[in-house]
Amino acid sequence: MEQLTASMPLIVFVMIGTVAVASSILVVAMRNPVHSALFLLLTFLCVAVLFVMQKAEFVGAVQVLVYAGGIMVLFLFVVMLINVRHLPDERVLSNFWKGGFLVGLAVFALFVTMVRPGVYHDENPNKSKLSTVRDRVAINSTKNPGRLGHKRITRHNVNSEAVANALYTDYLVPFEVASLFLLVAMIGAIVIGKRELSAVEEETAPDYMLARVETEREIKEAMSA
Amino acid sequence: MPEIDAWLMLSGTIFTVGLVGVIIRRNMITVLMCIELMLNAVNINLVAFSHRLGSLEGQVFTIFIITVAAGEAAVGLAIIIQLYRLRSSINVDEARELNG
Repeated sequence: MEQLTASMPLIVFVMIGTVAVASSILVVAMRNPVHSALFLLLTFLCVAVLFVMQKAEFVGAVQVLVYAGGIMVLFLFVVMLINVRHLPDERVLSNFWKGGFLVGLAVFALFVTMVRPGVYHDENPNKSKLSTVRDRVAINSTKNPGRLGHKRITRHNVNSEAVANALYTDYLVPFEVASLFLLVAMIGAIVIGKRELSAVEEETAPDYMLARVETEREIKEAMSA
Repeated sequence: MPEIDAWLMLSGTIFTVGLVGVIIRRNMITVLMCIELMLNAVNINLVAFSHRLGSLEGQVFTIFIITVAAGEAAVGLAIIIQLYRLRSSINVDEARELNG
């Protein structure tokens, strides 16, 4: 029983890792983008489990919220918006798929040669920092009553708090830059995705769009008449 | 707990799958999904080293990478929608007006 408990992380790692790799291969292999998106969701969830295994609970939660919640919804929205069945796209592989497999093989061989067993061997693991916070809290001083004193306390198993400490002290400037980046990305996505028909666009616009504009115009005329 | 080599190999495998997908697929949405796969593989790597070294930097970087991935997905999908409106196609090989 003890042996089983000791080898449990390895079993979970092998299972979740196999599912992650298999579903990532299926993301590439599926013809239908909806299926690809669903397998991508499975991969994200498996990776979240792997994060939690490595004492990165907060990152795991962010992975589930942002990737599985936000980005996947965005992908599925676009896949549904673009009606894939009506695309005249019979060939799935691009013209240089042989080169692609060759590059993949080369990169994988590079990884295998770089990550030999024991290269990054763990002699003296120190995992205390990952989920421990040291604080000074104000208390009523025992020596001189009526004045405030300090007490040092250490809390364990608080990964989110440790990450927040690092994020809001050492990495405050990158954090603010990231918020600015998100604002710019949002404005950019809105501006790029906006639909307007100028005179030039009307020439190059596909038929279905012109038909829709025509219908809207007819409806407007019928309403005003 | 598995050694760090196992984590690195897992992340390398997922990264390779994503890279091959970016090169061989023609559907733009799938290509974007493969880029997300590669970013995720890098995240596994960073978190594994954070665990190995007992330092929080890897996790902080992972959070920043997730942020950038969200922005990239939003802008990329907006570009794909706009391209689809112009061309009625999301084929990578057909969007080659910018080549020299």
